[in-house]
Amino acid sequence: MIPEIGHFALMLALSLALIQGIMPIVGTRTNDIALMSIAAPAAVAQFAFVAIAFIALGVCYVTSDFSVLNVYENSNSQMPLIYRLTSIWGNHEGSMMLWVSILTFFGALVAVFGTNLPVVLKANALAVQAWIAAAFHLFILMTSNPFVRIPDAPFEGRDLNPILQDPGLAFHPPMLYLGYVGFSIAFSFAIAALLEGRIDAAWARWVRPWVLVAWMCLTVGIAGGSYWAYYELGWGGFWFWDPVENASLMPWLAGTALLHSAVVMEKRGALKVWTILLAILTFSLSLIGTFLVRSGVLTSVHAFATDPRRGVFILAILVVFIGGALALYAWRAPLLKQGGLFAPISREGALVFNNLFLTTACATVFVGTLYPLALEALTGDKISVGPPFFNATFGPLFIPLMAAMPFGPLLAWKRGDILGVAQRLIAAALLAALAVAASFALERRGPHLAPFGVGIAIFVMAGAVTDIAERTMILRVPFRAALRRALGLPRSAWGTAFAHFGIGVTLLGIVAVTAWGSERIAEVRPGGSLDIAHYRLTFDGVFSRAGSNYQDVVGHFTVRRTNGELIGVMEPSRRTFPARNMSTTEAALMSRGASQLYLSLGDPNPDGTVPVRLYFKPNVLMIWLGALIMFFGGGLSLSDRRLRVGAPRPAKARDKPRATLQPAE
Amino acid sequence: MTRKQQRLALIGGGLGVLAVAVALMLNAFRDSIVFFNSPSDVAENHVGPGTRIRLGGMVKDGSLVRGNNLVVRFEVTDGKSELPVRYQGVLPDLFREGQGVVAEGTFDGSGTFDADTILAKHDETYMPREVADALKKSGHWKDDYAQRAAMPIGGGNK
Repeated sequence: MIPEIGHFALMLALSLALIQGIMPIVGTRTNDIALMSIAAPAAVAQFAFVAIAFIALGVCYVTSDFSVLNVYENSNSQMPLIYRLTSIWGNHEGSMMLWVSILTFFGALVAVFGTNLPVVLKANALAVQAWIAAAFHLFILMTSNPFVRIPDAPFEGRDLNPILQDPGLAFHPPMLYLGYVGFSIAFSFAIAALLEGRIDAAWARWVRPWVLVAWMCLTVGIAGGSYWAYYELGWGGFWFWDPVENASLMPWLAGTALLHSAVVMEKRGALKVWTILLAILTFSLSLIGTFLVRSGVLTSVHAFATDPRRGVFILAILVVFIGGALALYAWRAPLLKQGGLFAPISREGALVFNNLFLTTACATVFVGTLYPLALEALTGDKISVGPPFFNATFGPLFIPLMAAMPFGPLLAWKRGDILGVAQRLIAAALLAALAVAASFALERRGPHLAPFGVGIAIFVMAGAVTDIAERTMILRVPFRAALRRALGLPRSAWGTAFAHFGIGVTLLGIVAVTAWGSERIAEVRPGGSLDIAHYRLTFDGVFSRAGSNYQDVVGHFTVRRTNGELIGVMEPSRRTFPARNMSTTEAALMSRGASQLYLSLGDPNPDGTVPVRLYFKPNVLMIWLGALIMFFGGGLSLSDRRLRVGAPRPAKARDKPRATLQPAE
Repeated sequence: MTRKQQRLALIGGGLGVLAVAVALMLNAFRDSIVFFNSPSDVAENHVGPGTRIRLGGMVKDGSLVRGNNLVVRFEVTDGKSELPVRYQGVLPDLFREGQGVVAEGTFDGSGTFDADTILAKHDETYMPREVADALKKSGHWKDDYAQRAAMPIGGGNK
């Protein structure tokens, strides 16, 4: 009964989406307020029905209803509750359900919180949102129905793919989808603006919070996936330039560019046409990401299934939405009015620089990811484009971007003084130079470029601190006054500083771990030991341990400093899942500050020795810590009163005394 | 600065960055592209020693030999021809005889494929797509592979 309710609710959601997609647009054409105002309640109701469908699927999973094919194939009554819940989206059908749930959730949020939006813009945006939703509802109902029943219900399910039985599954896909799908709002608003043929700076103020939320979720979603791959796959890589990872990186790069160009549009009314294009491109890249992952064109851990019909269906969605949006853009964009002028050296100029490099970097990732597909389609040659390609293209494009980053926030709008800014960044540059020298002195191994990477990372971090120091005038006015200024700074200024600082932290982690990480692959016998960095690991032996639905073979290692001081134990294991006759490697991690020791086991040999991989990963945790700092920065920016959804416009009288306290923004 | 100058500067800057990116990409494409070959392709394409390729096929039953120092040797076959592979390191979890494998590396002078990477795949029903295509091409695609490959974890409409 419950699966049928879910199925039915999904069909109702589709019909509501069609109504929401057609009526408001008719309303905007005929100037009929009643038709336009259908959009908001329809969006809320649509979300309610999708939520019912999602919950129905959840109930099937929790109660282990194996008469539902999807549950039978991906769940098992022995699995802990948390994995029975997360396996809802640990498969193709379920993850598409999660996708539409989030899509309609965002639609409902716009409907509920968008009370201060112009009626026409809101009606158009919600209608576009409904078209996207309708396409995906149809996709689920026609090719990926999760509610299909099996006539003779089996007694036990086939279990979730063991690699997915991990807390990471509870976090990574929902966050990633919040990011991907969050950009649909910017897309819908962009299309709505094009339909209306009118756009102004206020558009950017309405859209920015949504872009910010999506960007924050995508940032931690990618970082979470990276950490998950790092500890789960057993060889300690944090980024593989796997097509599926690239599929999530591309919207992130475009979204970051969008976030910055929307600032220019909001403050200065410039770059309107470009911002609209970026909004379209960002969500298009999210759709392409979905296509790449879901269609099975690329084979990877994430391709749950390969069914050509699905690929063709998503490809059709892709063509209609991206093609349609770009065609509409080509037709209507010339109608949009031009914005303000600015000199090349100015805050706007810096943000344009940022946009140029981010979108170009995004384009190189795009080419590297899709070139093998294109080549195979054209010539039949099968090639792979691996990390060397991306390191040789993405890296050089990111260096100038990073180096320029501290300058941006310090430049004035309209016409900036680059020499003045450079003077203010002298302390940061000195610190960076010192870091370069120190890394050269401390680490003689590794590539010669690595210390300069550290230098750039430190420059970025120090630049973010300089920005705040300059705004609060901390070294020039008494401390109390500076503190008052700090409290008076707009939260978005703090947000910028934190997010930029986070980038520096991540970069520092990446440079350290790639340049100075060390690796030992060896076979050890009980009683034997391995040395790495300043640590010595002694292998004490193997024992087995039973888990809820798996069996562990655990290696016991004692970790000491090279001088003999005992630090702790590490217990990597090989985990076997009888339901699927599969085994996974469970690496053991030991954090030492921001660095980690990483140990994973191979299959024990008959003679008692075990193959192990042991890594020392200096500063590796900084990679993900940086992402968290970026997330925090985004959150601060989001809480800025200017962007607070539904916040009343600040009264002029109250705003004035504050404005005199702040340096020019 | 007039609007026209501003637009020219923007377009010029954009084209400049794009040109740099294209140069970087062409350069990287020259050095870092790796072609996929089945054992039959290797003979056909005359892959010489030192050329980096991906070699894919099935691990031949009974060919796996474990040596000292984590050295493993095995043979990769596509049903028509087979090639010896040498690898030093810990094999991925799902490496088994009779299953699909993709190895990346170069041929040494004696015709042994020296793999530095064995691609880790994470599903027992999974057959690398390139391998499946290669087996179909050589006419050694068996139904039980097809069944395994066609039985997706995600399932489908029945």
